[in-house]
Order: sequence, then structure tokens, then C-alpha cells
Amino acid sequence: MATERFDAVVVGGGPAGSAAAYTMAKAGLKVVLIERGEFPGAKNIFGGVIYRKQLEDIIPEFWKEAPLERQVIEQRMWILGDQSAVTLSHRNEAFKEPNNCWTGLRVKFDQWFASKAEQAGSLNIYETVVTELLRENGKVVGVRTDRDEGDLYAEVVVVADGVNSLLGKALGVHREWQPNEVSLAVKEVIAMPKEKIMDRFNLEGNEGVTTEFVGNTMGMAGLGFLYTNQDTLSFGVGVMVSDLKKKHVKPYELLEGVKQHPMLRRLLQGGETKEYAAHLIPEGGFHSIPPLSGDGWVICGDAAQLVNFVHREGTNLAMTSGRFAAEAIIEAHEHGDFSRAGLAGYDRRVRESFVHKDLKKYKGLHNFLRDSDPTLMFDKLPQALNEAAYQMLLVDGVTKSEKQRMAMRGVTEATGGLMSLIKLGARGWRAMNG
Amino acid sequence: MHIVVCIKQVPDSREIRIDPNTNTLVRQGVPAIVNYYDLHGLEEALRFKDTVGARVTVISMGPPSAEKSLRQCIAMGADEAVLVSDRAFAGADTLATSYVVALTIEKVAQEFGIVDLVFCGKQTLDGDTGQVGPGVACRLDYDQLTYVEKVVALDEKNHTITVHRHLEDGVEVVQTKLPALITVLTELNKPRRASLPGVLKAAQYKPVVWSTNDFANIDRSKIGLKGSPTIVSKTWVPEPRKVNTEMIDGPSPEAIAADVTKRLWSSEAASRLGWA
Ligand SMILES: Cc1cc2nc3c(=O)[nH]c(=O)nc-3n(C[C@H](O)[C@H](O)[C@H](O)COP(=O)(O)OP(=O)(O)OC[C@H]3O[C@@H](n4cnc5c(N)ncnc54)[C@H](O)[C@@H]3O)c2cc1C
Ligand SMILES: Cc1cc2nc3c(=O)[nH]c(=O)nc-3n(C[C@H](O)[C@H](O)[C@H](O)COP(=O)(O)OP(=O)(O)OC[C@H]3O[C@@H](n4cnc5c(N)ncnc54)[C@H](O)[C@@H]3O)c2cc1C
Repeated sequence: MATERFDAVVVGGGPAGSAAAYTMAKAGLKVVLIERGEFPGAKNIFGGVIYRKQLEDIIPEFWKEAPLERQVIEQRMWILGDQSAVTLSHRNEAFKEPNNCWTGLRVKFDQWFASKAEQAGSLNIYETVVTELLRENGKVVGVRTDRDEGDLYAEVVVVADGVNSLLGKALGVHREWQPNEVSLAVKEVIAMPKEKIMDRFNLEGNEGVTTEFVGNTMGMAGLGFLYTNQDTLSFGVGVMVSDLKKKHVKPYELLEGVKQHPMLRRLLQGGETKEYAAHLIPEGGFHSIPPLSGDGWVICGDAAQLVNFVHREGTNLAMTSGRFAAEAIIEAHEHGDFSRAGLAGYDRRVRESFVHKDLKKYKGLHNFLRDSDPTLMFDKLPQALNEAAYQMLLVDGVTKSEKQRMAMRGVTEATGGLMSLIKLGARGWRAMNG
Repeated sequence: MHIVVCIKQVPDSREIRIDPNTNTLVRQGVPAIVNYYDLHGLEEALRFKDTVGARVTVISMGPPSAEKSLRQCIAMGADEAVLVSDRAFAGADTLATSYVVALTIEKVAQEFGIVDLVFCGKQTLDGDTGQVGPGVACRLDYDQLTYVEKVVALDEKNHTITVHRHLEDGVEVVQTKLPALITVLTELNKPRRASLPGVLKAAQYKPVVWSTNDFANIDRSKIGLKGSPTIVSKTWVPEPRKVNTEMIDGPSPEAIAADVTKRLWSSEAASRLGWA
């Protein structure tokens, strides 16, 4: 056992954990951050996009030193048919000043963020797994690690151990996943010469582009992504685990299949796959958020289901929840009260912020997607939309009003009639605006 | 009993690639680790700490980033760590390296107490010469025991040590008077995993850092590039051996495995080995 007693021990060196450790250490608390990887980020993956606002709230002007890839000036959304695409995108120089978001790689970013916490005074220890929580009289008083003499005592434990949260399960606030509450994402990092990337994506200097796409995922509910880094591309797809099970598709088969789409094939051509990884994304949304604190503990980030999957925002919610937890702990430290009541400031901060409000907005979406047919939403509708676009743009002597009818018919037929389409639209709207 | 362990931070050779254009090692982005032979030396020293209360000091000559490796040694249980770091040391060959390492051990003896035993690795993963240990022993006028695979006894009263040296044609059992310098093989022991109090101590630890100015009578002509008579006339990468590879594909992992096994059994190698 370590004889030293700490104010806080943080479990997990992802964005949530590092944000919490940094904020507490900076306020002078005695903090230990424990990460199981060889270093933070060693095995972590995400898309990924890093947002300015929430990290700036923690480390002003972080972009001057953080390892970021490219500043995103254009975001594209593609709806894929078999051999076609309907696209929607927005490019704007205004995204540069102030910068809205960047592409990034976790291997570098997490390491940097954790080192900031270390510089602020946090004791970071790596290659160490937290195996359980230590409790006395129902109160969490520390953690047990897989090292010899591995018990560590602290006033409060910050649980930031990610989507599979072993500790969340131990606290009883995190039940086992249902396959329709998580999606599995597979991702490749594909090396490509800088000039080629800049040419293919129409970029200058440090500019970058993000592309998200739906459709062409073998009828499974999912989303694909393609992001530009300095001299690599991040490419992947995530689909609901329940759909993968139903369709007996292996994730890498899906990825290989999607790569063949003409829109993507040309952009990826000549690249060399450097890394391959898979990771879960919590998609349970608002209804699956657990209680966020208790006697001697708080839970943040993915472990607390704080992911906005509609907008692929996760790191920013993780960082913000980590900061809120730290601020509440700093208050608790002042009052010497680490009970559930003493830590309630954390729940309140989350509730009053965009974190809670954004997730609430989409609270119906999980059930909406669960109850609707994935082949309709992620295959038939995208196909019908592509067909409609094709018909409208094809000049073959058929009259424009007939074309419009054909296009409309295609879409309504895909959903099983006009009434069903309207109902679907209405339900979808409600789900996105709860 | 005071034991000094010499360690070198080296690039993790499992991660080294060769730049096909320039034929040089790509060191950038390669994680640095403690030369793993040295960890076996440290482990042996720590066992004497556990059994007879030896004091263990770890030393390294290297860039400031070698602090990370020294901290790892502290985590495992070393008492003190010294980093000898100065731009003037850069470019050292084994002659210059062993000069500085020997000076460091002398200074450690003056400041932390008389040294009884020094552990070095048999060789490093990057330089690979195996010359530094013997070079240091000569300069300090210590007895040297190289290729040690087992320490049989450490007699504190008579101030002797008995070891097994692993030679090509057998094992040599030798005993010598302390102080001595030992270069170790990996068979010696299994390095321990640091305890939690160890890693916590390491996270807060700052090694002692010495530069050229800290050595009163250092001969500046013997250090760094200036003190290194080695001339690298040419380096090249051996042609990779051509091997015929074949991708074996199949409808499922089971089918691929079955195919692979079948081919292995019916291969020329299998019949040569008398398997078939
Ligand atoms: C494919 C994919 C794409 C994504 N794209 C984006 C994107 O573009 N933008 C965005 O903002 N978000 C994105 N996300 C979501 C984002 O990655 C997560 O929301 C975010 O990483 C959550 O941070 P966290 O700190 O809570 O958890 P994590 O980042 O998962 O960190 C948890 C850490 O805890 C460690 N750990 C776990 N258990 C233990 C233990 N027992 N002991 C010690 N250490 C432990 C882990 O090693 C890990 O380092 C994406 C996710 C995926 C999977
Ligand atoms: C032909 C040649 C050219 C070289 N050119 C250069 C060059 O231009 N620039 C350059 O930087 N290097 C160069 N080197 C590498 C440098 O000479 C060696 O890395 C260094 O002298 C140590 O030798 P080694 O790695 O072979 O150690 P070995 O003799 O194999 O090491 C044996 C043991 O000695 C101890 N030891 C070794 N080094 C240290 C240390 N620094 N601190 C503490 N203990 C130590 C360790 O216990 C180690 O296990 C060159 C090497 C060769 C062979």
C-alpha cells in the first residue's frame, strides 16, 4: 500500500481524466492519474475531431502547443448510393478565426494533454491497471491496482475509464451493454504524401476537411468518416453492434466494402494503411446517463455515456465533464466534504451546461433508431434519394413534372407510402428535438 | 554494500525501421527504453538490496530525455539515480563513453559512499559493442567478470563474489575480490515489475544531474567526439533476404488455419524433420 494519501485519484488518461487531473492539480490538489496504457493514448482511438471551445476553457491558446493535425475549414456530408452520392457541405474561411475544430490523432494528443496535467503537478503513473474500488462504510476511499502493494487512498476517485467502464459497473451505475446501445467503429490510419492529400481535398497550408457518410453500410445503422491529417487520412465506419450480429458481418469486411465506393476509392487510392483499430462508441444517449457522483466518487466522459453521437462530439463532452468534476472536487476540498452532497456541484454543472442540454435534445433518437428498420434508414432511403437526384438531373426528354413525380414516388415507396414517410419524418424530427 | 548499475537508454529495437532512401535508422518517434540487459543488472542489485540491504545507485550518460529511463529504475527500487549529461559528451564512442562512466563511478563513490560492485549489461541493443563494461573496469582497476549468468554468492565478510560465466564451451565458476564489475546476461534473473509505491516515488523523483563542470579533473580531450578515435568509414544495410511469401486466404479463420496446417504437414520441411 502507498502510505501517502491523496486528495484525488483519477482513473484513465483520456480527455476526461486529463482534464480533471489538470484542473485539480492546477488548483493545488494532490492528484494521481492512473492509466493502463504504456502512455496515455497508446491504444486510444477516435475519428477524430478536436473542438476548440471546451479545451480552450481548460487551457487557453492550447493550439499553440498541442499536437493537432489540420484546422477544419470544411465539413462534408455524403449520402451514398451504390455507385453514387448526394452531397452537402459547408466550407468557410470563418472557421479559421477563431478556429472551430481540428483533426487529431489520439496517440499524440492524449500524451500531450496528460503531460500538461503532469506539469501542473499531477503524479501520472502508467502501465498500471485499476482493478477495483476500495470502500469503507459504503464510501469509496481509493483504488486497488494490479501492482504490488497496489492500494491507493484518496478523498475522491474520478472514474474516467472510458466506454467499458469497469469501475462504473463496480459502482452499479453502469450496466452491461445491450448490443443496440453501442456501435463498433473500425478505423484505419492511411499514410499518404502531404501534397496528394492537399490536392485531392483542395487544401492550402494547414487546412483540413472532414467527411461523414451514410448509406452503403450493408443495410446496418451506421456512419462512416474520412478526415484529413497532415500526412495521413483517418478512415472508418461505425455500425450498431446489434446489426453486425444480425447480419453476421465482420467489421473489417464492412470497411473493405465501403472502400470500394467510387467516391472513396479515388480519395484513398495509393495510400498505405499504417494502423488498424476498433473501438466501441456509447450510443445510449440521454436515457443511459447514470448518476454522476456518490460518496467519494464522480464519473466522467464516456464512462458516464456523455457522447453526442449525432454530432460525433465526445472528447469535448469528456473534457468538459472532467473539468466540472474537478471544479466540484475543488469546492468539496475547501469544505472538507466529499460525500454525495459535497460533490453535488458536479451534477449541477453538467445539468446546467450544453452537455446535458445537447444530449437531452436528442433523447428520443436512440429509441427512434432502435424502433425503425435500419435497412430503410441506412440503405433504402439513401438509395431512393440518390435515384431521385439522378432522375432530376438526367436530361432525357422526359418532362420535368414527370421527373419530379418519379423522384417523389421513389422516396415514398422506399418508406412504404406517403403517410409512412410523413410519420417517419415527424417521429425523426421529434427524436432530434426532444 | 553499495552497488552501482550502469544503464543506457536505447531506442526500442522492436520499433526501429530503416529509411529505404537514405539507408539510415529512423530514430524519430521510436520509443526509448532501458537497454534490457541493464535491467537484469539492476534486478540483481535490487535482490542484494532486499537480502543484505545493499544501497543501489543507477547511473547513465545520455541526453536529458534519459531521465525517463532512470525514473523507471527508481520505480523498480533503486535508491538514487545520476544522469551525466552535457553536449560535450555527444558523439562518444566506447572509449570516450567508458572514460566518462568510470569518472562518474569514482564521483559516486566520493559522494554516496565506497562502491563495492558495478553491474553493466553484456551489450546494448543499439551500439552492440559490449566494450563499455570492460573499458570501465580497466579504468577503475576493478576485476571484471563478463557474461555472468548467475551470481552464486556474495560474501560480505571476506568481500568476495562468486559467479557463473557463460562461455561458448561451458560454464566457468569464478570467485574474485570486490570491488568488481560484472557484465550480465539475460539468463541471470527476471526483472521485477515496479510496485505502486515505487512508481509513485519515481513520478516525484528528480535524478542528480552532473555536467562536465561537475567533474573537477576531467580531461576534455578524452570526452565526446574529440575523445573518440573511432571512425565510421561506411555504413550500409544488408540486402534483405528474398523470401517467397504467399497469402493464404479462405472463407473463415478456421478454413485458413486448416489449409495452413495441411500445407505445413505436406511440406518439404515437415518430411525433412520427420513429422510426416
Ligand atoms: C471511432 C470513433 C470516432 C470518434 N470520433 C470522435 C470525434 O471525431 N470527435 C470527438 O470529440 N469524439 C469522437 N469520438 C468519441 C471520443 O473518442 C470519446 O468520447 C472520448 O475519447 C471519451 O474520452 P474519455 O476520457 O471519457 O474516455 P477514453 O478516451 O476512452 O479514455 C479512457 C482511458 O482510461 C484508460 N483506462 C480504462 N480502464 C482503465 C483501468 N481500469 N485502469 C487504468 N486505466 C484505464 C484507457 O486506457 C483510456 O486511456 C469517437 C469515438 C470513436 C470510437
Ligand atoms: C562504429 C561505431 C560508430 C559509432 N558512431 C557513433 C556516433 O557517431 N555518435 C554516437 O552518438 N554514437 C556512436 N556510436 C555508438 C557509441 O559508440 C556507443 O553507443 C557507446 O559508446 C556505448 O557503446 P555500446 O552502445 O556499444 O555499449 P556496450 O559496450 O554494448 O554497453 C555495455 C554496457 O555498458 C553500459 N553502458 C553503455 N553505454 C552507457 C552509457 N552511456 N551510460 C551508462 N552506461 C552505459 C551499459 O551497462 C551497457 O549494457 C558508434 C558505435 C560504433 C560501434
